[in-house]
This record gives sequence, structure tokens and C-alpha cells, in this order.
Amino acid sequence: MPDEEQSNAARQREVSEALARVLPRSAILTRREDTAPYECDSLTAYRASPMVVVLPGNDEQLVATLQTCHRLGVPVVARGAGTGLSGGALPHRSGVTVSLAKFNRILKVDPLACTAVAQCGVRNLAISEAAAPYGLYYAPDPSSQIACTIGGNVAENSGGVHCLKYGLTLHNVLRVRGYTAQGEALEFGSQALDAPGLDLLAVIVGSEGMLAVITEVTVKLVPKPELARCIMASFATIEAAGGAVANVIARGLVPAGLELMDQQMTIVAENYVHAGYDLTAAAILLCESDGTPEQVAEEIAAMARVLEESGATRLEVSRDEAQRIRFWSGRKNAFPASGGISPDYMCMDSTIPRKRLAEMLLAIQAMEAKYQLRCVNVFHAGDGNLHPLILFDANDAEQFKRCERFGAEILETSLKLGGTVTGEHGVGVEKLNSMCVQFSAAELEQFLAVKRAFDPGELLNPGKVIPTLRRCAEYGKMHIHHGMLPHPELERF
Amino acid sequence: MSTAAGGARRLVDRIRWARSQRIALDIRGGSTKSFYGELPRGAPLDVRDLSGIASYEPSELVVTARAGTPLAELEAALAEKGQCLPFEPPRFAPGGTVGGMVAAGLSGPARASVGAVRDYVLGVTVLNGRAELLTFGGQVIKNVAGYDVSRMMVGSWGVLGVLCEVSLKVTSARGATATLVFDWDERRALESLARWRSQPLPLHASAWHEGRLHLRLSGALAAVRSACGRLGGVELEPSAAAAWWEGVRDHAHEFFKLGEAELADGECLWRLSVPATTPLLELPGRQFIEWGGAQRWWRTRARSNELRGAAARAGGHATLVRAADKSAGAFAPVDSVLMRIHRSLKRAFDPDRIFNAGRLYADL
Repeated sequence: MPDEEQSNAARQREVSEALARVLPRSAILTRREDTAPYECDSLTAYRASPMVVVLPGNDEQLVATLQTCHRLGVPVVARGAGTGLSGGALPHRSGVTVSLAKFNRILKVDPLACTAVAQCGVRNLAISEAAAPYGLYYAPDPSSQIACTIGGNVAENSGGVHCLKYGLTLHNVLRVRGYTAQGEALEFGSQALDAPGLDLLAVIVGSEGMLAVITEVTVKLVPKPELARCIMASFATIEAAGGAVANVIARGLVPAGLELMDQQMTIVAENYVHAGYDLTAAAILLCESDGTPEQVAEEIAAMARVLEESGATRLEVSRDEAQRIRFWSGRKNAFPASGGISPDYMCMDSTIPRKRLAEMLLAIQAMEAKYQLRCVNVFHAGDGNLHPLILFDANDAEQFKRCERFGAEILETSLKLGGTVTGEHGVGVEKLNSMCVQFSAAELEQFLAVKRAFDPGELLNPGKVIPTLRRCAEYGKMHIHHGMLPHPELERF
Repeated sequence: MSTAAGGARRLVDRIRWARSQRIALDIRGGSTKSFYGELPRGAPLDVRDLSGIASYEPSELVVTARAGTPLAELEAALAEKGQCLPFEPPRFAPGGTVGGMVAAGLSGPARASVGAVRDYVLGVTVLNGRAELLTFGGQVIKNVAGYDVSRMMVGSWGVLGVLCEVSLKVTSARGATATLVFDWDERRALESLARWRSQPLPLHASAWHEGRLHLRLSGALAAVRSACGRLGGVELEPSAAAAWWEGVRDHAHEFFKLGEAELADGECLWRLSVPATTPLLELPGRQFIEWGGAQRWWRTRARSNELRGAAARAGGHATLVRAADKSAGAFAPVDSVLMRIHRSLKRAFDPDRIFNAGRLYADL
């Protein structure tokens, strides 16, 4: 046995034995076949085997886990449902992955305060289901809402279709409870609308598990709208569709959802769900209004007017709930539908100013030719949040490299257009290199200083979000001199 | 943000000087909020010549303004395009700046329905204590690249850095509004607000004071008219309603005006931020309730531990806003773990403690 493997095995024994002194044996997984399900999140191209997986059943067990890891200097990677798309929950090879799956209780739904208190492992949709009897729901609705957890939503500041009108996770969370790396209890925000001191809640939301381990979240609930109706609009060119999005927003309208699918995506989605999409259109827009019947009637009329003025070639307004759901079925199934036409796809997530949408989509078309890979587009157009899906075959290493270069060029083009490399999926490990392009060395150092203020030992999810300056130097050098991405340090399967 | 970089050069020199001389700096805009929080200390660092709207895209609903831009100038530019800052930042007095609005993080009457300043901040450019010019966030609505440092600057009272430029999401100001008045006691007002909260009504702002509830509705015309019909009350004439809400927003209303004599006599203005469902608070003095019950102002001579205790029992906190004696601390303290994180963050941004020392908490 090589020395390194031997010392790894010794370390694994040391850590798991220390954990076994404070946790039930059943809460600790060390055998490869037991830890395999934790090797990746939904960014499956990046995998690593965790040294130990722990499934604490309550706060005491979580605190004991954190204290033990802190004492032994072991990295801790918190994990929810593993639906993340940027490798934020990728295990650390010499670390403990803490699955918070057992923190799955809704502690309180308060219909008068319009709030719910949920443990971090509660699924996003389960909160809305629990609130439904009171005519309330939790507005942020990431596509993975059936499976993703509220703790994961807080870690990523998740968005979704409804965010254009109702805000991101940040805007819908009042209080977050959790623990420091040392196992000390923490509370950010409050049940009131603000809390004393610095707004640390704003930093915790979207911190990708690097500042604290979240265990409990208090969310805002909003009254379920009486009615929702959706317009499906066809456009003959991508430019016209992009222009229509900018016009809707400029007119001061705030749709409950404003989504765009390009022709390739529409065809793929139509074959998958048979929603009755216009396959001749270069792009279709879904534009929704919700509220009281009077409000919806007023808004739908105003939206239809703007879409027509923007050159829509066909407009259809949902007559009833069944038709509205059919309009959305293709959009909601865009990712699985894409999985059906290509062995693999890489989902990008940049945001750009809305007026640059058409320009961006045309640039992506040119990149398809340049990299000889297909790319289908479906995204939160109202927010300017793109989700280009680059289709490729991961078994072909050369194709994967082309795909990565394609993705990097999309992100860098987004920055040039005044945008950001990630709108809602997070940086994780996937966009570490792109962070070098978006931020200066001093800014990255400041991020690192923020991390150390919460986690001086840098034990919580280390190596994510903030690239080392060395990594950036290497990326920049290779990028400039060879026009190519370096091989990421991470192993791939 | 090259323009901000150019305008910030003078500030960089001054920060370097302060750092080398170990002199504390008092970051100043229009000085309209110097009464709020702990007493400003140190040599003034005026940011008002870092002024002007850097970019404004009405169709994108995004504006970027330098920190020293007068708030009035920004609001006028937005109004010209039928847009506004929906969180209605209080102005207290003429001359306030965009930077001061963000650093104080205070929001006005519509806060409970539309969100706070921090919910509309998209990005900031700041100078930290090492005089490094740093940009966080950006000009787009959805952005999760790196920690959300820009929103942490909101309400930080300048203790982490000097704001140079701020990007804000703005909204259309073209919706219909109506203000209804109900002659109700506190109990009935709070109960009605709680009932309405869970209904799909276009609620926009509420204020209860001395037996009278003002309720503002805003949204699609049809929705506002239908809600007026449903809720009853007496509708205020639009210009009178607008003037009344401005008085609340800017603390020009009689309730908020504490004269020198009253302050000297021990009367204080407290802000209690509590869960909206908090029942009637039994405290001596006069009260003004906003935000559907979540913000309760008290004019009182009661001791600070009475106010802080009542707020804490309700799950909130109390700020001592106006008082002759603020020795009890302007802001409610945070627990020891959070305080340690506060101190570490201060060190991370401003290692030599030159910015607004003591303005938020004594040891920051």
C-alpha cells in the first residue's frame, strides 16, 4: 500500500473513531459503497469521494460533529438534497460530508404572521404544501423545487420563475439559524423585518456553505393569487423576442414569470411534453400575470399590447388553469427533455442586462459553429438570467474540453456585456476560473477575509467559490497565451 | 467604474494619510442623519464631491449613482422617467446623499410591502481601510458570484468602508394609489392589519397613531378600486394623502419632532422593530405604528431596559433614535458570537479602525 493511501486510511480511522465517540454508529458512513451516493451533486462531471459521511439526527449530534471536526482540523461540507448545479456540495477528499437530510421537519406555519419555520432539510415545495391550507405559499420556485431543500436554497440564494415578481431567496427569508465551524449557535435576521448590527443575513444567503452550517430557516409566505394567466407569444427572430422582453420591463410591467425558449429548445420540449408550441417561431415567450381577476385582466391586456407592438407573430392567452399548466409544461421540463436528445449537457447560468439579450443569443449561435457543439436556450428572460444548455458527450474527452471552452466564452461574453458569471446556480467549483475574470485580486482577497471572519480555520466547504490567486494567475496565463482553459485540478469520471 | 475610480483618488490619499497618522475618519455626506446611531467622531471625510449619476437605464430599471449624489437629485431623475425608489428612504432634512441612504439602510412607510433599501441594492464600489477600491455585485437583478458584500454595506453605518458608487434596482411609479382612513383603536387596527396581510390585497403602507389608521393601497387601478370598495373607511384626497405620507416618511409629522426642551427633560424617541403580530405593547408614552405592526415608534421617558426588554420579549429589538443621553447604546447589542464576527469583519475591511469608529457599536 503506498504511503499516502496508508496515511489516508489512518486519518479516516482517527476521524471516524472520534466521531463514533459522540454519535451513533449508524450516523457515520465510511465504506466506499455507502459514501458513493455523496460523491457529487447535480453537476455530475465533478466527483470526489468523501473521507467520512455523517448524518446527524438533531442539533446536539450536529454540534458534536462540528466540535470534533474543528478539534481535529477536518474540513466539513454541508449537504442538502444534492440538487446544486455548480458542485457546491462536492466532497472534500480529506473531509466530512454532513448530510442534513434528517433535519426535515416543518416546525411552524403561522398564517397570521405569514411565516413558516422549517428545518434546513425540508424540501422547497413541502413548505408551500404546508402553507396551502391557509391560502399561502413560499414564492421562490427553483426548477428542482420538488427535491431541493430550503437550506440549500439559502446557501445558493436560489431563484426560479417567480423571482422576477416575488424576489430571490434573500428577499423571502427572515431568519436563519445555524452553527459556526466550532459548533456555536448562530442566529441571523429575526422574526421582525430587521435585526440589530450588520446585515449578516444578507451575507449568509448565497454563501454556499462556507460561513456557517444552516439548520433552520424562517421564510415569508405570500397570499396565493386568486388567478394566474399566461401569454404564449411567438417571434420570427431572436432579436424581436429579446426586444420584447426589454419592452415589457421598460413599460413598468412586472410579470409573475417571463421566460424565453429558442426554436431548438422549443422543438426538444414539444417532442417531450406535446404542449402545442409554435415550432415555426425563432423563439417563444411565456409571460404570466397573477393576482386578483381585475388585476390579471388589466395586466394581460397591457402585456399583450407590448408583445404585439414588439412584433409577436402569434399570441395565445391561457383560457383556464389546465391550458396555463400546459403552456408551462415544456419550460418546466426543458432540462429532462434536453437529456433525452444528448448524452450530456452543461447548463450555464450567467445574467446580463436585458437589453443585451438578443446580442448574447446571436453570439451563442456563432459559438455553436466555432465549437461545433449544439446549444439550446431556455431561461429567465425577465431577469436577464440565461441558461444555455451546451449539448455534448462526456465520454468524448475532446468534446468535453470544447464544451468547457464554449461555456467559459459564454461567461466571459456575459461579463463584457455588463453581467455576472452566475445568476442563481452559484460558483461552487464549476465557475472558480470565471471568478478570476469577474473579480480583481484585492476583491478575491476581501472575500477570503469575509470567510475567515466567520470561519478562521477555513474548515467549512474550503476551496469553493473563491479561487486562489495562484489558480487565477495560472488561468490568466494559459488563457492569454494559448486561448485555452487549463485542466482543472479536479478529477473527473 | 473608472469614473468612480478617478473621483475616489482624493479619498484614497486621505485614507492613506489617516492610516499612517492613525486618525479616525468620520465619513460624511449631507450630515442629515448624524443624530441617528452613536455620535460621529473623527476627522471629516466628505464624499459629496464624488457626485453624479454614473448611468441610468430606465428600460433596465437600474441606476448607478456616486455616493455623494444628493438623494433629491436621484429621485428627481427617476421621477422624470416615471420611476422611483420604492422603499421610500426617509430624508429627515434636505441634503441627504445616496451613500448616506445606503450606509444608514433606513426605509420608509412602504417597507413592509415592497422591501428595504438592501433589497434594492445590486452592487457597490467601496474603498476599504487599505484604500483598495473594490466592486461587489453589479448592475443585474440576479447575481450570486461571491458573497453578497454589497448588501452587507447597507445599514453598516460606514464602519466597513467608504461607499463610492451604488447600483440600485428601481421600479415604476405609475401604479394607482389610494389612502383610506379608519377611526380605530390600536387593538382593532392591529387585528385588521393581521387579517388583511394574508389576503391578496394591494396593501402598500399603514400607519396608526392616536385612534386613527391610515392605509395606503397601490397597484393596478382595478385592484386598488376593488380593494377600496371592500375595505371601507374614508378615502383621503390624493394630494392630502401624498403630503401626509411624506410627513411620516421624513419624520416631519408632529409625533417625531422632539424639541430641545423635551429631550432635556428626558423624553426619547425609540424605534421598536418587532414581529408584525406582536400584541399591544404596554409602555408609558405615545406610540406611532407602521409596517403593519412591525415598526412601533415610542416617545417615552421610560428606561432603556424597559423598551429593550419589551422588544426582545416580542422577538425584536429597540433602537434609541433621539435622546439627550444615549449611554444605553443607540443600537441593541448582539450576542457574543455575533459580536466576535462583527469585530472580525471590521478587521477584515478596516484593520486600523479608521472608518466611523464607534458609530454602530463602541468597539467597532
